[in-house]
Amino acid sequence: MIETLAFYLFAGLVIAGGVMVIMSRNPVHSVLWLILAFFNAAGLMVLVGAEFIAMLLVIVYVGAVAVLFLFVVMMLDIDFAAMRAGFIKNFPLGIAIAVILLAELGLGLGAYGAGGIELGTADGTAAVRSDVSNIEAIGALLYGRYIILFEIAGIILLVAMIGAIVLTHREPKPGARGRQDIGKQISRRPEEATVMKNPEYGKGVEL
Amino acid sequence: MIGIEHYLVVGAILFVLGVLGIFINRKNVIVILMSVELILLAVNINLVAFSAFIGDLTGQIFAMFVLTVAAAEAAIGLAILVIYYRGRGTIAVDDVNRMKG
Repeated sequence: MIETLAFYLFAGLVIAGGVMVIMSRNPVHSVLWLILAFFNAAGLMVLVGAEFIAMLLVIVYVGAVAVLFLFVVMMLDIDFAAMRAGFIKNFPLGIAIAVILLAELGLGLGAYGAGGIELGTADGTAAVRSDVSNIEAIGALLYGRYIILFEIAGIILLVAMIGAIVLTHREPKPGARGRQDIGKQISRRPEEATVMKNPEYGKGVEL
Repeated sequence: MIGIEHYLVVGAILFVLGVLGIFINRKNVIVILMSVELILLAVNINLVAFSAFIGDLTGQIFAMFVLTVAAAEAAIGLAILVIYYRGRGTIAVDDVNRMKG
């Protein structure tokens, strides 16, 4: 009973969040609705027994991706009203395509419900185990059978990070104040940088 | 009792919302990127639901890789957005034809 209630609560809020993401006038509000949708999707995944993915969803999506969106939305000074210009014009086409897509997905679901689609059965090598926790079972799989994929995922993230830095990094103009010349800095020697003076009492130093 | 169909329906609705968001917010790249995130979230819900109901953890591993790609895509997409804004002062995508491709 409580599980059913929780499911409908989470599912309803995920869908409401999704609707508000695409309908909201202000992209900042869109991001906040997106965060709501992610939280409730995490709730759905806890219900189904995938705690680790739920945690990842909260940490990676809410903690990193959504905050990155928020950062960029607030950093760029954009006339959001002008962005909405084509909203009404594109609405009928969008709704038509959405209805067609939903009908197709419903058709697939109906075929599955009627037994027209046979799901493959698990071969047991990655079976859900009742003796260990979800995160332990995932860890055993991830660092064992899927280690190559895991490392490739790491390389993808590294490339994305370097790509983002390369794209957004700006060289300061030559001669600009505060510009660092690393070659000049490291070729500097103590003997040419400092001088010893022994001034008399009450007199200043002239350099 | 909640069956797998319920989760699949939620995933399908979320996927369609993402596609609809791409269509009706044609000018606003930020919302388009958020719609892509919604689509990937729908895919993740489907993967995890199937994984749980079939009793095989591979779906959850795949959901993790989808998450990785989504994070990388968001980072690169927003970086492109920032340099695009720097160059033109706007992010309207309906006249992105600089490369004449």
